[in-house]
Formats: sequence, structure tokens, C-alpha cells
Amino acid sequence: MKKAKASPSHPLDALVRTERIPHIWCPGCGIGTAFSACLMALHTSGLDLDKTVMVSGIGCSGRAAGYTRLDSYHTTHGRAIPFATGMKLAKPELQVIVFSGDGDLFAIGGNHIIHAARRNIDLTVLCVNNLNYGMTGGQVAATTPTLAKTTTTPRGNPEQPFNLPLLVYAAGATYVARWTILHTRDLTQSVQEALHHKGFAFIEVLAPCPTGYGRRNKERPLDTLKLYQERTLIKNGANPAEAFLDFERGVVLGKFVEEQRPTCIEMYDRTCRLPDSAAG
Amino acid sequence: MGKRVGMEVSIAAAEVVGLCDVDVIAAYPITPQTHIVEHLSELVAEGHLDAEFVPVESEHSAMSTCVGAAAAGARTFTSTSSQGYALMAEICYIASSLRLPIVMAVANRALSAPINIWNDHADMMMSRDTGWIQTVAENGQEVVDLLLHAYRVAEDPRVLLPVIVNLDGFTLSHMIEPIWLPDKEEVDRYLPPYKPKLRLDPRNPMTFGPVGMPEVYTEAKKAQDEAMNGALPVIIEAWGEFEKQFGRAYRPVETYKTDGAEILFLTMGSISETAMTAVDKMRAEGKKVGLVRLRLWRPFPAKELVDVLKRAKAVAVVDRAMAFSTRSGPLCVEVKAALYDHGVSPYVQNFIAGLGGRDVTVEDFEAMAAKTGDGLSKGLPMAYEIVNVRE
Ligand SMILES: Cc1ncc(C[n+]2csc(CCOP(=O)(O)OP(=O)(O)O)c2C)c(N)n1
Ligand code: SF4
Ligand SMILES: [Mg+2]
Repeated sequence: MKKAKASPSHPLDALVRTERIPHIWCPGCGIGTAFSACLMALHTSGLDLDKTVMVSGIGCSGRAAGYTRLDSYHTTHGRAIPFATGMKLAKPELQVIVFSGDGDLFAIGGNHIIHAARRNIDLTVLCVNNLNYGMTGGQVAATTPTLAKTTTTPRGNPEQPFNLPLLVYAAGATYVARWTILHTRDLTQSVQEALHHKGFAFIEVLAPCPTGYGRRNKERPLDTLKLYQERTLIKNGANPAEAFLDFERGVVLGKFVEEQRPTCIEMYDRTCRLPDSAAG
Repeated sequence: MGKRVGMEVSIAAAEVVGLCDVDVIAAYPITPQTHIVEHLSELVAEGHLDAEFVPVESEHSAMSTCVGAAAAGARTFTSTSSQGYALMAEICYIASSLRLPIVMAVANRALSAPINIWNDHADMMMSRDTGWIQTVAENGQEVVDLLLHAYRVAEDPRVLLPVIVNLDGFTLSHMIEPIWLPDKEEVDRYLPPYKPKLRLDPRNPMTFGPVGMPEVYTEAKKAQDEAMNGALPVIIEAWGEFEKQFGRAYRPVETYKTDGAEILFLTMGSISETAMTAVDKMRAEGKKVGLVRLRLWRPFPAKELVDVLKRAKAVAVVDRAMAFSTRSGPLCVEVKAALYDHGVSPYVQNFIAGLGGRDVTVEDFEAMAAKTGDGLSKGLPMAYEIVNVRE
């Protein structure tokens, strides 16, 4: 079919389901930047993209799987990790990336991520942390800062949020990093490392949600980016315990953990399979 | 005195729950239910409602929290839709089996896959056998009235069962409608303070939910079945009291222009209002068509339904969900069973319509009536059809 007007092309078009564009993300939303950093990392990773799968849960961030021109899985809310786990176990040669939101991965799906980290299953997990449930209109999440306003905490959140890097590290993750969408190059490089890392790799990506979170906390998208610039400190190798998210005190970014430990599949093969000689 | 307001139906639902002195609200957001619980969190935050609002981390936790709170003697509320219902289903069985009078609004939405946030009755049908009483609203006023009725029925010592009030997602939940909101005094007059009969109490220790060995499990289920059947007269009685106080009447099975009708539609939910417009039009053209609406889904009012349907030559059952491979929608399966049980056999034609937000129009009802009339007059086999499928 001949197009009436040639639309301008984008270097990542080959990796995007362009027929689904325009996307749903709001002006000022940070997800798109995190998404293109992820695609750029894939594009330049040298990996066989025919053996690469993108898995998402549900949420604005979860739309990523549907926009990626790769084999992709848009799962139910909270279940991206177990879907990805099943896929990896069935076909260990696949490169499996999970791209999803903070609510999806740490609230409704929180149980799964700690067990995936504990097993050190070879997945690359990108969590877009916008401090709330963006898609459903900005409700309190397990990542919402104390006292922040959301539609379900109109007087401020009385609870303490998770420190995501510390949580996954304590659970057993062997690669842990945190960046913001302002730190696009570091983020892209970090995704590349995570893709090549053997074992459970986790990257938290801080991203503004002006529609859900920003509006109620008097933070316009640029204000959030300013925080990302002025109140962050890159500290590779920092103890994840220092990574508590508090922009008043300052937020550490960087690659916090990169360790080697046998992966889930290696341990399984070693422990649960009969040695060749013993097999019938 | 209550007041007449123009209000989004979800907000009105939250307002009336707020007037019911609920103690604990546990909720997780999901479209199209979210506005209900968001507004409740505002009522609590603004001091209009003295309740604990718990923004839990999933629907499974929402229902678990309600079960815990209800077991401690609290009046509870939650709301969900679709996938959220699916996730909480495990605990929904627990709530009814423990005889905890929890009230929940379900803004009905299609189930995945494919992912679809729009209205149909898949979630309502999924909850069919969980042992909850279920009523179905057709407009905003009914949502408000049925929620108030739900607490009264659920907590009645002769019932003690949880209640779902179903309202269609978007087509009802997101509409702004004129609604008569009762005031606190009117609510208090209709709804007595909750006096839990079964509750955890340190002075009288009790165990909830222990193992039921094969020796007792069957008896427990039979008792539940009897409780559900026994709820029917109480539900009707509570609607009678409601009519006396508020002047609006509800019945398990409601009719519209059924006198002399040869073909009767059977519908549930907001689609019934479109059906009424269609019936008006067809009646004006001299066609003998009428409408029956099921207000009470559980306990299933089989006898009341048959009493109405038996007067017609043909029944066109409109289902809003699938029951794969049964060649009937889930509603029609039960209608046919009820007719058979009562020895009545009108011509029954089943239509599946309005899945995942597909619009159902007056013209669709006209076409369904024409097909049913045709099948009846030509003596065609009773049929099952998913309407408006693009081949
Ligand atoms: C079982 C279930 N419950 C609730 C929802 C509704 N829901 C969709 S997305 C979402 C939250 C998404 O938050 P997050 O994962 O942080 O993604 P974001 O939109 O912020 O990117 C919720 C509650 C759902 N789809 N399924
Ligand atoms: S609601 Fe928030 S997270 Fe969702 S697209 Fe808009 S800005 Fe992004
Ligand atoms: Mg989020």
C-alpha cells in the first residue's frame, strides 16, 4: 500500500509497533524516555532480537510490551514476573526482559519479585517508578512517599514506601541499579549491562507522572526533572540501604550491586537433574 | 429529608455507603470501579465518615481485610471489577461460607483476554456460585437504593450473607444522573445498627474457618444452600419496607409492558433501559413484545421468573457473557433449567449481546424480536446466537 505522506522515521522504528502509535502516555510522562532507553539498549546490545521477549504487567508502564516489535507478552496486573519465569524455564536460550510499573511489580505483584530475586533467575527487570498507580488515576502505591497526596490518601500517605533497590538486593538480586529518566545515557548503558548480566538484574527508573502524582503534589514535569538533576547523587557501589528515596535528603543513583551467583537454572540443573551416567 | 442531586453514579454509590456507618473500607483501584472507593477515601479524609480506609495492595487483600474486619464485628465495604474480582474470588467463597455480611459494589466489566476495560457481565457470572446474594441495578437511583438494601439484608440475623450490588461499568458507573439521595436520618431509620451475631470476641473465643472433614463439609454446604434460599423472603420483605419508607418498589423479577405480550425479552442491568425504549417502539407498531428484568440474580428467583415467562409464547433471553460450549449464555442456562423444573416450555431464543463494551441498540432489540418471532412462527429449532459478530 502506498502511503499518502511519508511519516518521518525514527532510529528505533524497527523495534516499535508503529501502527500502535500514537501511544497513550501523557505529555510530560517519563515512561516514553525509559522505554526508548530500553529499546536503544536492545538495539545496540548485539543480542539476537529474534530470541528476545518483552513482558509487561498492567499499567501505563505495562503498555511497553504492546508497543514493542518483538515477541511480547502483556500479562495480567502483577504477574509479569511469573509469566517471564515460565518462559525462561521453558526456553532458557531466550533473553527475557520485564518492563513494568512500581505498582505492578511491588504492590499487587510484590510477592513474585522477591522470589525471582531469591532464585536469581536470569531476567532483566525494568521498573518504572512514578510513585503511584498512574493508569488508574493516581492512587497510593507501595512506593508513594510518606505524606504525599494521592486520590486515596487525600490528607497524605501515612505509610512508609519501599526502598526498591534494598528490597530486591535483600531478596537476592545480583544486579541492582537506579537511574532517572534524566540520566538517559547511564540508564541505557545500565540496561545493556543488565541484559548481559547472568542472573536476576533489576533497574529502578524514576519517572514523573505529572497527571497522577505531579498534579496532586504540585510538581510539574519540569519540577520533577529538576529534582532529578539537583537532588541526586551518582554513587556507584553504594550500599542499597542508603538508597531510601527521599528528595529532601537527596537520592542516590548508580549501579549499587553487581555480583555473581549461580542462577536458578544452573542450580536446578545441578541439583534436580540426574547426572547423565545415572539416567536410564 | 433527602435531596435530589445530579451526580456521577459512582459518587452517589460512595455517598450512600458513607451514610451507612461503615467501619472498614478496604480497596484496590480498578477501572471502572475506582471512583467509588476514591470518593470514600475523600469522605473519610474530610471527616464526613468515621471509618478506616485501607488502600491495600491487591483485591485479594481487599477482600481478606474485609473478612478479617467483619469477623471482628465491623461493617465493611469494598468494590471491584473484572480482573480484580477474579483475583479476590478465592476469598469471596470464604466470606460467604463464614457468613460474614460484607457488602461489595461490582462495576461490571469484561474479563481478559484480550484485555478489555468495558462493560459486560463476565465478572457477574464468574461470581455466580460464590454464595453471595446478588442484585442488579439498571440506573443510578437503583444503585443507591440497592446498596442501602444490601446492608439491611446482609446483616439480618436470618440471612448473614455477603451481598454484591452489580452496576454496569461506564454505562452506569460513569453516568451523571438525577438521584434522590437519602439523608442520615432516613438511612438510620431503614438500616438498624449492625449487631454482629458471629464475631471474634476474647470473652467468648471462637474459631473461624477451621478444617471441615468429610464428616461435616457436606452439611456445611447444605446449610449454606438453605441460608441462600431462606434469604429470598427477607430480601423481598426488606424491599417492601423500602417501598413503604421511600416509595420506590423493587421485586426479584420486574416487568415492563408484559400484558398480552407474545414475546418476552429477559435482560439484566442497564441494557434494560434500552430494551424498554425498544419495547415502546415495537408496541407502538402493534407488536406484542414485552420485557422482563431480573433484579435478583442470587438467590435465583426461579419460581417468580417462571410465573412471568410462562404467559408468553416465546422468550428472548439476552445474555451479556459467555458460557463456552453450552450453546446458551449463563443466564439462559438457568432460565431453561427453571422452565423445565416447572414443566413449562415456551420457545426460548438466546442472544449473547454487548460483550466487552459492544453497544446494543434499539435496532438490535428489534432484530432480536423479529428473529424470535420468525423462529416461533416457522417452528425453527430454538437458537443461540452471538449478535452482531463481524465474520
Ligand atoms: C487484578 C487487577 N487489579 C487492578 C487493576 C487495575 N489497574 C490497572 S493498572 C493499575 C496500577 C498500575 O500502577 P503501576 O504498576 O505503578 O503502573 P503505572 O500506571 O504507574 O505506570 C491498576 C491498579 C487490574 N488491571 N487488575
Ligand atoms: S497517567 Fe502518569 S504514568 Fe500514565 S501516561 Fe499519564 S503521566 Fe504517564
Ligand atoms: Mg506507577
